Parts: sequence; structure tokens; C-alpha cells
Amino acid sequence: MIPRISYRVFKVFHRNFIVFKKNWISNITFNFIEPLLYLWALGYGLGVFVEKIDGMPYLNWLAPGLTASSAMWASSFECTYDSYMRMSYQRIYHAIIATPVNLEEVILGEMIFGTFKSLLYGSVFMVVLFFLGLVSSPWALLVPLVLVLAGLAISEMAISWTGIVPNIDSFNFFFTLVITPMFLISGVFFPVNDLSIYIKAIAWLTPLYHSVEIIRALVLDMVKPQLFYHVLWLLSFIILFYKIPIMLMHRRLIDK
Amino acid sequence: MENQPIIEAVQLLKKYKDFNAVNNINFKINPGECCGFVGPNGAGKTTTVKMISCFSPVSSGKLYVMGMDVRYQERDIKKKLGIVHQENNLDLDLSLKQNLLIYASYFDIPKQSAIPRIKELLHFLNLEDKENERVENLSGGMKRKLTIARSLINNPELLILDEPTTGLDPGARHLVWERLIKLKKSGKTLLLTTHYLEEANRLCDRLFIMNQGKILEEGAPKELVNKYAGHEVLELEVPINQKDSVLMYIQRNIHGYIDMGNRLHIFPVEGRKLLASLQQLQQHDMYFTHQYLRPANLEDVFFKLTGKGLE
Repeated sequence: MIPRISYRVFKVFHRNFIVFKKNWISNITFNFIEPLLYLWALGYGLGVFVEKIDGMPYLNWLAPGLTASSAMWASSFECTYDSYMRMSYQRIYHAIIATPVNLEEVILGEMIFGTFKSLLYGSVFMVVLFFLGLVSSPWALLVPLVLVLAGLAISEMAISWTGIVPNIDSFNFFFTLVITPMFLISGVFFPVNDLSIYIKAIAWLTPLYHSVEIIRALVLDMVKPQLFYHVLWLLSFIILFYKIPIMLMHRRLIDK
Repeated sequence: MENQPIIEAVQLLKKYKDFNAVNNINFKINPGECCGFVGPNGAGKTTTVKMISCFSPVSSGKLYVMGMDVRYQERDIKKKLGIVHQENNLDLDLSLKQNLLIYASYFDIPKQSAIPRIKELLHFLNLEDKENERVENLSGGMKRKLTIARSLINNPELLILDEPTTGLDPGARHLVWERLIKLKKSGKTLLLTTHYLEEANRLCDRLFIMNQGKILEEGAPKELVNKYAGHEVLELEVPINQKDSVLMYIQRNIHGYIDMGNRLHIFPVEGRKLLASLQQLQQHDMYFTHQYLRPANLEDVFFKLTGKGLE
């Protein structure tokens, strides 16, 4: 299937980007207000009652985790509801694959666009953290690279779900059963190490956990060689599963 | 090369889980022709078109489009193809011009050459003053015309239209027909599917009548009408209990008939003579609530080929 993928992937990305540019201000504002609210409520509010974690105030510890989770929310929404709208209501995929661009390229283009959203929202949030004085290391400049890995991994999961849902309401299950639990157990709000071995194992299986670990280390100046394993985990996840959404979409749109 | 068909299908078959949507069909379409697949919903028209446009893989048989095999040369075929889908799958948030520009980019048409082409196409479809309008604000007919403009962006050798006027009001339908006739006159090869027989009659040089995955008959619309329905048809509404006796009475004056329930579509040897003899019947206390002698049309062919109560 690999030779079927060409530079045309970026034409699909470009199409989404042009539509995105139409209302990017409202798009961006709403998406970084949410993690800011979490930061305020939990970091400044609840944080007063929480003891230090890893030797630092809860607020500082929480902030990088929220960068990773905002990236997760961005691509998971983009590659579920938004992709589904394009596919089923606007029939954009059908329009594109009537041209020399093929379905594999459309799906990959969608995933790259989801990744772009992760990168964008995560980076905007990082800038806010910087001005709040919550970034304590120049290693933080590498965070965008991690956001790309996180975005790709989550986009693969989200668009696979889009490939199998019978209707748009079925995305509720994805968010209630997959995304929200991942949001809560991946070490964004509390250290995973203190949890039972089973929960720890589940956390280890989620791409968000590894993203949180890397981003937190970069932002809080805790870089150590073991971080490489998390990077490797994310890369393997991305490479192992990238064909699944393409297969599912093929089945949904063409073989049916 | 002149004689090479634009499309050639040999024993073409499309199998879904438990049935054959297209069942071993053979056909050829020549350059410059306007051909139509007609048939009821589920006849296999759209499936055939999907295979030609390299969307749906062929289950067995051979299918060449512009001399290329759909199994191996998907991209090369699609470069030279224009497709108008049943639904208007446009980018509603964007302007007409942006829609066309983006579509041009899928064909690797650079912006400098796309822009004059877009002007030309919008002009051709009378949309030039809407260039910067959001597509969302267009009427159904205008969206359809834009979809046609979009399908022409790469100056395709073959234009495929799947139910091009379904869902349009009569005015918009005529506008679309008029543009398609203009395209046809310019020498473009057109292939359309439709279940409007009037559309098939107006636009197509040659028709393939499909039913249940098979091509039942092919030919020019006029030829088909002459062959299957003759020149005239008499529609006659007869009380059901008298149907047999009426048929007995007129049997020598007719080629055949189609039983449509309480209405008979009769193919007369000579329409006027038949009417005269029916008038005699009416004197014998038989009364017809509806009686209409009209020219035969494709609908009659269609009923005769696919139809019920055919004798």
C-alpha cells in the first residue's frame, strides 16, 4: 500500500487548512480557554490544598500535563466529529477521490491535519504557560515535536473510530470510554506511580501517558535518558497502527 | 487511435456479499458519444459508473477506460476524467472560486493556469457574477452547475454524470440540460445515468437499458422506441372485469399491450382505426373513462423490456 501514498496527502491537508483559516480565531480561542480553566481551577484552586509533587508546587507540575491533554483533545475532536462531517454530510472524501488523489492519501491527510491541530493548540497553550512563568527549561522548545507524535497517535485512534461508527452519536462512546478515561489516568492530574499496578498498566498503554511524561520532563527540566523509551513507544504506536484507519475507511467507503 | 473506444467493458461483474450488482455486462462507448445508462433504482447503473471512475474495484471481467486498465492505472485514468456525483459534495464554507481552485490543485493544475480556466468555466455555466459568493448561499440548481464546472476543471476527455438532474426543479433541470447539450456539441464524450427517460431521450445518442445488473438492450432512443413500441400508444382505462372482452375485440388491430392494472397501454397497428373500432364498442354500453392516443416514447420501451404483464 505504501507506493499508493504520494505528496498529494498535503493537498488534502491544504484543503482542510483553507477551511480552517476561515474561522481560525474562534477555533483557537475556544480550544485554549478550556485547559486554562483546568489550570486555574485545579492549579490555583485545588493546588493550595495539595502537597508538593516531585519537589514542586502542584500548579507547576500540572501545567505541562495539560499541554499534552489539550493536544489530545484537539486531534480527537478533529478526527472524529469534524472528519465524520466531511465524510458523511459534506461527502468531501468522495469528491476528492474522484481526482488523482486516492483514499489512502485522504485519510493520511486527515490525520496530518488532526496532528496540526494538536501542534497548534498545544503550542499556543505552551506560550501561555511561558508568560505565566510555568516553563522552567529551554528543553521546552522541543515540546512541539512531542505534540506532533501525540497528535499522530491520537489521530490514528480517532479516525479509526470514525471508520467504524454507524452514526455521529456513536462518538459519545469514544469520548466516554476512551478519551476521558485516558485524560484522567495518564498522569495529567496525579502521578501514575502511586496507582495500583493494573491502572499503571492501562496508563502505560495509552499514548497520552507517554506524551505527558516527555512534555513534563522537558518543561520542568527533568530530562533523563529514559525519556527515549517514551519516544520509542510513541513512534512504535504510530508506525504499527497507521494502516488501521486506512483499512477501516477502505472497508467503509469502498468495499461495503 | 481514432477508433479506440473511450470505455470498453468485457464480461464486467461487480459482486457484493450476496448478489451481483452488475452481472457480466459488455459495452463500448466511442469518443464524442453521449451515452446513457437508464434503469430503475438498483439496476446497477451507479455501480457501473463507480467502476468506470475507479472508485469501486471490479470483481471480474475487463474494463478499459481511455485504453487503460482500471485495475492498474487508476491515477492516470482519473487525471482525464470528470465526475459529477449524485450529491453536490462541495465545500459549503468556501467561495465558488476557492472550491474550484482547491479542486484544480488535486489535479496539479498550477494557480496561474487554474484562474483563467475558472473564469472560463464560471462564465460557461452563467455563474461568473457569483465567483466570490459562499457556496452555502447558492440555490440547488446553481450548486449543481458549480459541480459540473468543477468536473470540467481538468478539461476531461470523458465526463461522467450520475443522475445529474435528480432533485432539481424543472427550470434548473432545463438549464443543466442546455449546458450538457452544449458540451456534447463541443465534442466531449459524456456518460450519464438517469431514471428520467425524458433526459435520456434529449441528451443521449445511445442508451443502455439496465435492469437487475444486466444490460437488456442498447441503441439510439428513436430506434429503441420504433423497435419496441412502434409509433403510437393508446392509453385506455378499462373496468377490470371488461378488460378481457375489450382485448378480444381489438386483438386484430394491435401488436401487443402492457397491462398496468386498470389501465392498458396498447400498441396499435394503426391508431386511428383502433380508435374508430373502440368507438363502436362504446355504442355497446362500454364506457372508457380515459382514452388517449399519443406518440410512443422510451417509457413504453422501458415497460416492455422490464415490465410487468407484458405479452
